[in-house]
Amino acid sequence: MSAVATPARQASGGINTKLVNRIVIYGLLALFALFYLMPLFVMLVTSFKTMDEIQNGNMLALPKAPTFDPWLKAWGETCVGLTCAGIKGYFWNSIKMVVPAVLISTMLGALNGYVLTKWRFRGATLVFGLMLFACFIPFQSVLLPMATILGSVGRFGVTLQNSVGTSFGLGNSTVNLVFVHVVYGIGFTTLFFRNYYEAFPTELIKAAQVDGASFFQIFRRIMLPNSMPIFVVTVIYQFTNIWNDFLFASAYAGTGDAMPMTVALNNVVNTSTGVVEYNVNMAAAMIAALPTLIVYVVAGRYFVRGLMAGAVKG
Amino acid sequence: MSKSERPSRLFRNLNAKVASIPMILTALVVFVGGTAWTVLYSFTNSKLLPRLNFVGLDQYYRLWATPRWLISIENLLIYGVISLVFSLVIGFILAALLDQKIRFEDTFRTIFLYPFALSFIVTGLVWQWLLNPDFGIQGVIRNLGWTSFAFDPLYNSSIVIYGISIAALWQGTGLIMCLMLAGLRGIDEDIWKAARVDGIPMWKTYLFIIIPMMRPVFITTLVIIASGIVKVYDLVVAQTSGGPGIASEVPAKYVYDYMFFAQNLGQGFAASTMMLLSVMIVIVPWAYLEFGGRKRV
Repeated sequence: MSAVATPARQASGGINTKLVNRIVIYGLLALFALFYLMPLFVMLVTSFKTMDEIQNGNMLALPKAPTFDPWLKAWGETCVGLTCAGIKGYFWNSIKMVVPAVLISTMLGALNGYVLTKWRFRGATLVFGLMLFACFIPFQSVLLPMATILGSVGRFGVTLQNSVGTSFGLGNSTVNLVFVHVVYGIGFTTLFFRNYYEAFPTELIKAAQVDGASFFQIFRRIMLPNSMPIFVVTVIYQFTNIWNDFLFASAYAGTGDAMPMTVALNNVVNTSTGVVEYNVNMAAAMIAALPTLIVYVVAGRYFVRGLMAGAVKG
Repeated sequence: MSKSERPSRLFRNLNAKVASIPMILTALVVFVGGTAWTVLYSFTNSKLLPRLNFVGLDQYYRLWATPRWLISIENLLIYGVISLVFSLVIGFILAALLDQKIRFEDTFRTIFLYPFALSFIVTGLVWQWLLNPDFGIQGVIRNLGWTSFAFDPLYNSSIVIYGISIAALWQGTGLIMCLMLAGLRGIDEDIWKAARVDGIPMWKTYLFIIIPMMRPVFITTLVIIASGIVKVYDLVVAQTSGGPGIASEVPAKYVYDYMFFAQNLGQGFAASTMMLLSVMIVIVPWAYLEFGGRKRV
């Protein structure tokens, strides 16, 4: 920002204005930072306090006698619905669901992006348009049709079970959710990969074709190894979205043991009877938020870099 | 492309076509098919199960006569305008601040963006706690001495939607900031230098030169915000459960409740079709501008 030769008009009071500018800038940033950090601070601080301290004390004060009890209680004892075994089971449910969903939807997105940009065929634009549509439609429009589809898949699973001895998990709530998230994730993952591959030099592909490489060989040997940045962006984005999802979780796995973390958390906090244990609630919320927070803190800069590199073309 | 003697066009790029089957199938069956199915059944009077009893626009007449739906729409409009305006303004200001070649840029960016990694459920719960009249912000300020300070939007029917908006802004502005920052970084250094040499004050540079140059970024951001606004659901469920009473109802919640709890599928379908319409009105023109016409795949 410093220019070697400042025009005469700006020479007067040059250093002072710059200093004032800097103070204003950092001041504003600090103010905003406070606003953004306050909720996290309150969440953490509350989760380490005893109920006495919460009821008699100041929300913003640090805990006088910090205790891990609320965390242990949230993990292992608090009640979700009628079962009082904490949220650990539901945490594991979420993991079981998220990992396959993220991996499958990302791979499919890569494949789709590759097909859409490097292999021209009639209707490719239309298909891309449909993928775009998929990114933005309110999911409420397809909630029930999807439920019907899942019902049929479930019945098919039962038939398989009776005839072959195994249902391959079809009809199982967790499998259902994985399926749903893959389907709904394809829109975004395809968009990300398509934008990324669009900028990929086609000459490489042509050269490989001349050398006799096949469709999948090109994909495996050329496209994938060079897709690291967009992979990271997509995985982070999908992980965050799927882990944090509530709508599908409550619609398709909203009751019983297969509940994912988000639904369990809402149950813990919003349907408690008697004394509301704010500290346990906050601890539970922290536990629910930790995976995505950790992913974000560790890999956030790659996510941002990927965004800037054009995952969402402006 | 080399001229090869292929038997028919159908088999050209067969691998590619086969690989694209999951994508096409999903798009057609689930998205197009599902949406069409929902729209179709919105013209029926399905209750617990979908039935093909056509009743024309009945569900829609009922919908627009239901107070709860009207409140939902009103809330959505207020929430939408606040979200849009403040997201863009705050996002841009933060991006402009971060663009000033400051130290700790990474730290600040992490701080502004981390709420985005949280679930709406977590956000709703935290802000429910923060806006708690006894222990939250109101309590803290009162303890400091201002005993008549009142700040409990979540218990006040007329301003509860603002309480929800604050939480949403806290969560969403980080992403907008990132997009704006990407846009700002794409502006040539020379433009800044030229403006400085011409003696144009900073604020004018931003307002009249930089922002118009960032039009594509603004449009993309607008679309992202708009599509998020219509879908607001988790936040309301976690923060207020639609309350007090029905004061913070939103269309997405209306759809869900009628489909799954009130056993009135027809109403749910009609409401979700209205949601779909509103999204289409924003998306279709944008998609055409962005991807149709000049860019041929």
